[in-house]
Amino acid sequence: MTPEERFDALIGEDLKIEPRDPMPDAYRATMIRQIAQHAHSEVIGMQPEGNWITRAPSLKRKAILIAKVQDEAGHGLYLYSAAETLGVSRAELVDLLHEGRQKYSSIFNYPTLTWADIGAIGWLVDGAAITNQVMLTRTSYGPYSRAMIRICKEESFHQRQGYEIMRVLSEGTDAQRAMAQDALDRWWWPSLMMFGPPDAESTHTVQSMAWKIKLETNDQLRQRFIDATVPQAEYLGLKVPDPDLAWNTETGHYDVGPIDWDEFWSVVKGDGPCNKERSAHKVGVWEEHAWVREAAAAHAAKARTAAASA
Amino acid sequence: MSYDVPRTDDEVDPTLAGTEGSPLWEVFIRADRGLNHVHVGSLHAPDAATALHHARDVYTRRKEGVSIWVVPSSAITATDPHDATDWFGSEHPYRHPTFYEIPEEVGHM
Ligand SMILES: [Fe+2]
Ligand SMILES: [Fe+2]
Repeated sequence: MTPEERFDALIGEDLKIEPRDPMPDAYRATMIRQIAQHAHSEVIGMQPEGNWITRAPSLKRKAILIAKVQDEAGHGLYLYSAAETLGVSRAELVDLLHEGRQKYSSIFNYPTLTWADIGAIGWLVDGAAITNQVMLTRTSYGPYSRAMIRICKEESFHQRQGYEIMRVLSEGTDAQRAMAQDALDRWWWPSLMMFGPPDAESTHTVQSMAWKIKLETNDQLRQRFIDATVPQAEYLGLKVPDPDLAWNTETGHYDVGPIDWDEFWSVVKGDGPCNKERSAHKVGVWEEHAWVREAAAAHAAKARTAAASA
Repeated sequence: MSYDVPRTDDEVDPTLAGTEGSPLWEVFIRADRGLNHVHVGSLHAPDAATALHHARDVYTRRKEGVSIWVVPSSAITATDPHDATDWFGSEHPYRHPTFYEIPEEVGHM
């Protein structure tokens, strides 16, 4: 069996590809790019929520938010480790992120203006991420699949705490209810865009599905998210900001109005409300804390020397 | 999909230069007394003591373990997946209990 035949046979039998298996260069490159983007997204994703840690409305909410943000840091680390099994170094991936040469999910380029945004992010952004990540637990690359299983176990808490914030606000004063509605208005469409361009324009979907990296298309996942989320909004008594939203008895799914793909592309290309702020903050913190990495390395080197001469 | 951002002109692919920076450690966790340590992933740290601390923070935020091992990734010797058939391929069905027929009258054995 040639290495190509072996790879195709493993994929054909729904078996996982593991780090030292032969794999087509393009599969390796696709996997690295996808896992790196995912890792960067987890890390940058801490910023919009971190923005509210010091202003959480109670000690309980503050503790929960810190735990959630810490989970996202962990998710980033699991994913960088998975990427490294493909032969790239985390240091290089982080450099590429800092230089703007690799992207993270555009959803994190929107601002968190009120406390209700923390609720909307957990409910909608983590909700959309879960829809995608549950599929990815079955992806063909072993280390990525295992990272996803771990992450999915932790994500459920993220979505539930977000929905609970929205529920408490929806059952609160008129001002709190308005705040919740405003957050839904601003986060609904960007959340739908998280699934990526429509299938007709998504060029690499076919190859990714042939390699079983993805098992469902962008539009299928988006529809699943919409169908699950609309009734949750109804329960809260909030209105999904889409005049065309309607239940379709024939398809058994919700129909939605057109998504503004121009907005999507403008944020991807760097012109979202917070693109510059997010990168500047990430690079700034990295540089500011270089001394911690240097001190840890110096300490380790000194301990090694001491051990060698003992 | 969620974290799959479409390619733009300024994007660059990383090289396959391999791991650099602080050493890589493999992390093993014992979930509870009476169980084996099981590999859970890897992480970077300058030394073993720091690796243990990072492993606690990264892999045991929900009481996933009662004991952690960290091992330098470079210390691991592994079988080659190309030789998998030679290493693990031979079938010995007579090593399994189901190979043997026991008359029903004899009962459970
Ligand atoms: Fe996450
Ligand atoms: Fe999350």
